[in-house]
Amino acid sequence: MNSRSLLLNAYVYAVLAFVLVPIIIILPMAFSDTNYLTFPPEGFTLHWFGDFFGNSRWMKALRFSAEIAALTALVTTVVGTMACYALVRGAGRIGALFQGLLIGPIVVPHIALAVALYLFFQKTGLSGTVAGYVFAHSVIAMPFVVFTVAAALTSVDPALEDAAMSCGATRFTAFRLVTLPLILPNVLSGGLFAFIISFDEPVIAFFLAGIRDKTLPRMMFDNIEQNLTPVIPAIAVLLTCLSILVLVGAALLRRASVRTTAAPAQD
Amino acid sequence: MIAEFFRPDGRHLSKAGITLLMLPFFALIFFAFLYPLVSLLSISVLEPQPTLENYRKVVDNPIYLTVLLRTLWIALLVSLLSLALAFPVAWLMARSKGPKVAFITACILLPFWSSVLVRTAAWAVLLQRHGLINEGLQLIGITSEPVRLLYTQGAVVVAMTHVLMPFMVLPIYGALRNIPADYARAAAICGANPLRTFREVYLPLTMPGIIGGFILVFLTSLGYFITPALLGSPQEMMIATLISQQIREYLDWPFAAALVGVLTLFVTVITLAFSKVFRFDRMMGGAA
Repeated sequence: MNSRSLLLNAYVYAVLAFVLVPIIIILPMAFSDTNYLTFPPEGFTLHWFGDFFGNSRWMKALRFSAEIAALTALVTTVVGTMACYALVRGAGRIGALFQGLLIGPIVVPHIALAVALYLFFQKTGLSGTVAGYVFAHSVIAMPFVVFTVAAALTSVDPALEDAAMSCGATRFTAFRLVTLPLILPNVLSGGLFAFIISFDEPVIAFFLAGIRDKTLPRMMFDNIEQNLTPVIPAIAVLLTCLSILVLVGAALLRRASVRTTAAPAQD
Repeated sequence: MIAEFFRPDGRHLSKAGITLLMLPFFALIFFAFLYPLVSLLSISVLEPQPTLENYRKVVDNPIYLTVLLRTLWIALLVSLLSLALAFPVAWLMARSKGPKVAFITACILLPFWSSVLVRTAAWAVLLQRHGLINEGLQLIGITSEPVRLLYTQGAVVVAMTHVLMPFMVLPIYGALRNIPADYARAAAICGANPLRTFREVYLPLTMPGIIGGFILVFLTSLGYFITPALLGSPQEMMIATLISQQIREYLDWPFAAALVGVLTLFVTVITLAFSKVFRFDRMMGGAA
């Protein structure tokens, strides 16, 4: 290794340390026996996990967020897959409109959408409802789902559906029995993305939340702003465990998707 | 812009079928995105009466103009810092093989799996009065007593760079990976030194990735809310925190709507100007 590449490696590992250290350093503070955050943590206690699970406001927020995230994942995968299928099998001028509208939610800042929805939901009575959050989060998560699903759909040979339909299947049956199983890993990982985006969404939650309908990120925001107790690192530990589970799940899905795309080549 | 990505094969589906399948998507985007946004923006020019007064207030009042310029400045700073941190990472990734690439990729993708609020809390702890960074500064003798790091513009810039830098790595890595190694050899045979090869071969070919990543980070920074709200100083607001203040404290909807209008105008103009190099599908595919 010459000196130039040594320097490059040193720089890159310093950057990676900058990325990782804040994420990792907060985790042990969950066990700190103080009511403020400090590093290294002092003492050892599981008190803050009890504080999270034993507090009805945190539990209510957790359930509320999980319900919203699950519904967001469902809505975006169904609506997104339908639109993707139409686009890949048809397109035309409506396709250009679709693509333009898809980019909107990516480039328009979440604060703009949050304020706009705050006003709109006040007029329509959707504020504070699960439906309101699901609409808002679906808009944000939709592009991620569409790109993930489209990546799989474009690689499915349309001749496979032709074959099914010439054997007497309707288009829907052909989609359900032939195409859907082939794109299912991507549909599911799109759904996972949508779930995580919704579950971790802080900006819309900040504006839409009332007193009784706070999502988990909104409760966390309030805690950080007001007193920042070790309940935040305790949640971080729990979220990390959840992320690991999801990552393992996603890896299994990816392995399944490799198998399905490799299958036609073996015929 | 992303037409090639979908590669429509144009077969089979009737016009009616396509419309029916796309209807839920259009309905969602219309009711939960376009209509609310347009009705908010209409307030900015219609209330209290048809006027451009709300927009004039943004540029005429030095306080608000300062917020606008500060937002642009912070977004630029975060984008430049992200580029400086991300380019060498992407470069090393493109130069390495196997487990090393997997390791660096995992490190870069890890933040995507971690809560934004947790990361913001982590910076609050690191930067606090008796936090690790202050203790470190005293240990190596830069300061003799704790300095104020939290609730400053510097805290906002560092924490935003931490969150947004990974978005810069993926498009640059994507561009670098597609450059065949033969090009560098060809340049060397023609007598170019490594610096010239970098400047005349690698840099132009990587430019779409660099610009794409830069614009993505810049656009996201412009509307950033959580980090400035939690780590910044109330005296040094960014546009998103100003919007929040106008709505929640002053209930001045027309002016807040005008601020949203300015922000939306900025991101729209930048997106359209760079639409050729701004390939969202690649950036998202990278994150996937």
